[in-house]
Amino acid sequence: MSTSTQPPVGTWRNPLRAVGSWWDGVVDGYARQPLPVKALVVAVAIALAYALPLLRPPILTTNSIDFGGVMFRVAAFALIALGLNIVIGYAGLLDLGYVGFYAVGAYTTAVLTVYHGSWPFFLALPVAVVVTMISGVLLGAPTLRVRGDYLAIVTLGFGEIIRITVKNVGWLGSSAGIKDIPHPNNIGPDPVLPYDKGGLFAIPRLEWNGFTPSLDHDHATRFLIFGALDAVPYYWLILTALILVVIGDRLIKNSRVGRAWEATREDEDAAELMGVPTFKYKLMAFALGAAIGGLSGSFYASGQGGYISPDSFPLLLSMLFVAAVIVGGSGNRWGAIAGGAIVAYLPERFRDFADYRLLVFGLALTVLAVWRPEGLLPPRRARRAKQAEAEIEALEDGELEETTHG
Amino acid sequence: MHLDALFGSFDNFLSYTTGGLVFGAIYALVALGYTMVYGVLQLINFAHSEVFMFGTFGMAWTFYFLHGSEPVTWSLGRAAPMLLASLVVAMAVSAGIALLLERVAYRPLINKNAPKLIALISAIGASFALAEAMGLRDRFASWVGLDDDLANYVSPEKARDVYSNPVTIQPHNLFDVGGYSITDVDLVVVLAAILMMVALDQFVRRTRFGRGIRATAQDPESAALMGVNSTRVVQMTFLIGGLMAGVAATLYMMKIGSTRQNAGFILGVKAFTAAVMGGIGNLRGALLGGLILGVMENWGSAVFGPNWKDVTAFVLLVLILLVRPSGLLGEALGKARA
Amino acid sequence: MIRFSKPARALAVVAVAGLALSACGSDDSSDTPDAAASSSGGGASAFCGKNIAFLGALTGDAGALGQNMVNGIELALKEHNDKNADCQVNLKKFDSQGSPDNAPGLATQIVNDDTIFGLVGPGFSGESLATGKTFFEAGLPSISPSATNVTITQQGWTTWHRVIGNDDAQGAADAQYLTGTAGATKVFVVDDGQDYSKGLAGKVKDSLGDALAGDDQISVGDTNMSAVVQAVKSAGADAVFYGGYYTEAGLLVKQLRQGGFTGTFMSGDGSEDPSFVKVAGADAAEGAVLSAPAGPPPADFGATGLYSTQAYDATNIFLAAVDSGVSDAQALNEFIGSYTGTGVSGPIAFDENGDITESKIYAYFVKDGKLDVDNPEVIE
Repeated sequence: MSTSTQPPVGTWRNPLRAVGSWWDGVVDGYARQPLPVKALVVAVAIALAYALPLLRPPILTTNSIDFGGVMFRVAAFALIALGLNIVIGYAGLLDLGYVGFYAVGAYTTAVLTVYHGSWPFFLALPVAVVVTMISGVLLGAPTLRVRGDYLAIVTLGFGEIIRITVKNVGWLGSSAGIKDIPHPNNIGPDPVLPYDKGGLFAIPRLEWNGFTPSLDHDHATRFLIFGALDAVPYYWLILTALILVVIGDRLIKNSRVGRAWEATREDEDAAELMGVPTFKYKLMAFALGAAIGGLSGSFYASGQGGYISPDSFPLLLSMLFVAAVIVGGSGNRWGAIAGGAIVAYLPERFRDFADYRLLVFGLALTVLAVWRPEGLLPPRRARRAKQAEAEIEALEDGELEETTHG
Repeated sequence: MHLDALFGSFDNFLSYTTGGLVFGAIYALVALGYTMVYGVLQLINFAHSEVFMFGTFGMAWTFYFLHGSEPVTWSLGRAAPMLLASLVVAMAVSAGIALLLERVAYRPLINKNAPKLIALISAIGASFALAEAMGLRDRFASWVGLDDDLANYVSPEKARDVYSNPVTIQPHNLFDVGGYSITDVDLVVVLAAILMMVALDQFVRRTRFGRGIRATAQDPESAALMGVNSTRVVQMTFLIGGLMAGVAATLYMMKIGSTRQNAGFILGVKAFTAAVMGGIGNLRGALLGGLILGVMENWGSAVFGPNWKDVTAFVLLVLILLVRPSGLLGEALGKARA
Repeated sequence: MIRFSKPARALAVVAVAGLALSACGSDDSSDTPDAAASSSGGGASAFCGKNIAFLGALTGDAGALGQNMVNGIELALKEHNDKNADCQVNLKKFDSQGSPDNAPGLATQIVNDDTIFGLVGPGFSGESLATGKTFFEAGLPSISPSATNVTITQQGWTTWHRVIGNDDAQGAADAQYLTGTAGATKVFVVDDGQDYSKGLAGKVKDSLGDALAGDDQISVGDTNMSAVVQAVKSAGADAVFYGGYYTEAGLLVKQLRQGGFTGTFMSGDGSEDPSFVKVAGADAAEGAVLSAPAGPPPADFGATGLYSTQAYDATNIFLAAVDSGVSDAQALNEFIGSYTGTGVSGPIAFDENGDITESKIYAYFVKDGKLDVDNPEVIE
């Protein structure tokens, strides 16, 4: 069986599409490997992911903003996209107010650790996740009965309601925000600022001169100090969370619940007739998605800056989150992660375009969407369907040509 | 809560209501763009806010062109000829942007029969790009060396800043409703909005093109089989949405007088809310939704304070959708009978 | 001489090696003895050929304000570089879009960039609070042209300075002006809910006492002020104070006048920009009072717009330090702390928190359809 995707007859074959089919080939190639090879690939990928901000590969490394900070943002977006993918990709619910959950998680953490309590971060984290999950149920219970696209505007409203409420309620810091949110606990001796940086040991990073690397000891990362100067430890923390969530996501997707979501998304009425309590499963997807959003928000709050304010949660961010899921490939967890990474990374990469970067980013989103409407890494099922469609079309076109020529 | 602020006197109540109607009319006109595209394509045209924003600039540019940059204050009658000219320009600019959107961000996806959601993303991208392009118009002008000649239009170094019509249109009181003076400007805004709405409604119900639009909204495949050119219908839909946004932009500038490259976003969200409230895909619903939203915002402002007005609007929306899950008039564009 | 035992010596060697291996002088502040020695010699500063950073909004909603600041900075740098061919100082711009979200990553980039010796910024209070710790821990001196939130200078960040009076000073003066000079007895206070605006409007409210007739809050980007207009009229106010920026201020005064309000309209430095008059229209803006903690710029000043003078002054403080031969971060910070001079925005000196010591508040007026920037009145 040939795995090369045949370009639809009669369409101009653009180079971008060629890159796309090459990528599809890579994915298929991976899928065909035996288990040990797969495991090895995954292990190497994970190791590379952890080391990335220290390797600082040329071209990939951002020149005008701290690469560690960018990687933290990338991982945070990937985590969010993963959560939103459960809502949009698995359950088929368009949520345009996901930033609301992100905010709930962040604010719960901030309130517990510094504003009205002094809990340590790792105690506040699970509480934040639970609170966000409850807020997801509270929002979902009345609104999930609303049909498809109407849900989009209702959730959008929810995101705005959260932001405006936070802005207007003094108990939550109102527009001044909450500052000095404690960082996660250090491992090893605490630093004595400004000269002793603490930590168990230092990990130097690579510095590239063109394509020749050298060790840079001046900007080493201390293991493991969560300070204000180095974003890498935060990145490692959130990457760990991301990996754990991926594992959880895999388990649940392949379970009864995952299949119920798929049935609900494809045809809600049919699923209901077959005895799937669709509402219950939709609510579950909503709550789980919310919880992951809250998790990410919690990491964000205790991040390098340790400061949140209502301005950190604009409506626009919700749009970016949705864009991450769809651009990556709605329904595929790797697609969502890739999408989150792209949406967080590109604007920072485009800083070299200075004032034009948002313009370029907007154009890039449109081009990506038009170039790969099914997303960068579509779920395998969607790709199979598309391939079949293309084949049918090619056959039909062929027949047409024959008849016109004949 | 200050219930007495709203209901304490009938004058206050009327005053808040009429003030809201004026903005509601503008919401309604912008909402039409969302509703038309949704009715035909079942897509949320996220970039429609930028179509409106370009219209507001088109309006102000016309005044700079015809009048110059000297700030003056005119009555509505004195400004009327230029207003008409600017209306034409704003409609043309908005329609042009809407057609460009359709061509670049939508048609390739529609042709590929792509999933609905991806069109939302391509529209979000286009929306960013359009808003940023407006904020960078001084750079583009300087590329071709025209930034000095076009200084009035591109505001070198200040392209992102607020951009005002040099002609301030001074409203004149016609009569008072409660404590609120109904001015000629307010009256024109509301009447123009209703007029456009009726005209469009008739167009969709009575003309051949309208029939095509309704047919496509109902069942695109059958419509195509019956000889309706679906590409033309989609283009037409965007064109109409753009024209209406142009009218809304002119009315908005007449009332507000200034704009900026991000002026579309908030208004777009409101207009979209209005469209959903009335029943998305429904032209009369857009009008109703717009007016109700405008009024409710003002009532909410009075009772809870202006900082809670958006919350009032969204809570109201949720309540309406819970009672009537597909909006107040919940009937789709395709089901409208001639 | 102290004699080490053998194990101790071995330990010391290991320790030194470890230190060398993990030398963590990640920033300019770890002043080595060499740097200190060279700076005491006077003459050309080690900062020649290096950069000043700007951190603030250049794109996004507040991009226009950041652009103003950059104009001021670039003007100062150009003047300096034209005069000192052998000591060029350049600008690196970092666009935060005004959001506290983006700022920490940029701050880390700035402190890890060895060619940057000082920061003009951050532009807004939110991003200042989000990045203050980073700049402080790295020991990078900063001077903000525009962040006026009172609490920033109460954090103990000794490297943080601002050349603009904080919200408290201005708020008290504005209330004083309204009830004194303008003779208002019922003042209605409106703000846009942002940190800066609430701080300023809050201080005005506190200082007004019984003269406060009511208050309301709008949102940035609002264009429909009819509810506020109605509330002002219902309260029977004879003056309105607005805390916020010129776009909403212009729209508010325009709609107030159209609604028949005839009292005094006053706003703070966020509204002191020629665009205020453009938005409001000449007639509606006429007679409006706009306060600012800055005097008028000289007539030949080459940059325009809100905060451009403060950015210009902030840059010049760094340049004065460079010209005096300061060569390391600590000396630079001390230089700034003890700096006294008169900039285009007024006299400049810092107290121990980094706040400007003498902050005269000026009232500017809209006269004959223009913001009269040349003849402000000092509010005593």
